[in-house]
Amino acid sequence: MDGTPLDGNAMAGDLREIFAVDVTAARYLCAGCTHTDAVGTLLLWHQSPGLVARCPNCEDVVITVVRAPDRVFLDLRGSVRLEVPLEGS
Amino acid sequence: MGIISRGFGGRRRESVPGLPPGQYLTHDFPVLSAGPTPRIPLDRWRFTITTETGEKTSWNWAEFQALPAEDVTVDIHCVTKWSKLGTTWRGVSLDTLLENVESAADYTMVHSFGGYTTNVPMEDLLDGKAWVAYKFDGEDLQPEHGGPARLVVPHLYFWKSAKWVNGLQLMPEDEPGFWEAAGYHMYGDPWHEQRYQGD
Repeated sequence: MDGTPLDGNAMAGDLREIFAVDVTAARYLCAGCTHTDAVGTLLLWHQSPGLVARCPNCEDVVITVVRAPDRVFLDLRGSVRLEVPLEGS
Repeated sequence: MGIISRGFGGRRRESVPGLPPGQYLTHDFPVLSAGPTPRIPLDRWRFTITTETGEKTSWNWAEFQALPAEDVTVDIHCVTKWSKLGTTWRGVSLDTLLENVESAADYTMVHSFGGYTTNVPMEDLLDGKAWVAYKFDGEDLQPEHGGPARLVVPHLYFWKSAKWVNGLQLMPEDEPGFWEAAGYHMYGDPWHEQRYQGD
């Protein structure tokens, strides 16, 4: 088995617990290659100790989510910025 | 509800000797991976130890295979809560690899093909506690399990046993690797359930 990745939309539930908006609709800017697209288009490696979302253009890690029983660690260092559309605007 | 497993369902703890707290026993060998599986041709494989002063010691595959190897049987414990007891590996002890390396470093960063990293204190690699293994259960180590070669440091959670290993950076100070920077524990002792930062 080679652990086929999902797409970033599969992070929606975990991110919804942290943010008040749907972050999968936000645009990331990859720190590795400056590729930009919706978070939902990232390649998501989920058969691992956390979620690892990689840029589909350069495969660098853009977002990781590690879930402890009482905490969630969100690492965004692979994303220069997130552009989050606001609902109702 | 997200898709991150809380300990893959939080199965009931089994009272099996050799099973650390919070772990359950598995008889298969789950594959966990944070990215694509690198396929490394043996003629491009190389393992390099770099000291804190920049001195490098390196082996290609043929040189590595010529080093004295050991067969070891060890229990392994994944932070996602599965444990597998009595696994058999063949590889080169880190004692052998570090034997002629001059260093005063107390910490190491393990590097892998594909960019994965994990930090391990030097003393946890020495005295028969760690190997760079290239056979599992008598067979060549398959790529999904870290082949051609992976670190095996079984007394720590298995994310420290980096797959596709290609080098060791010796460091005077401790620094987080991939999962440690993402929230996992800097040391990762399964007998003390050091899973996450702050545990």
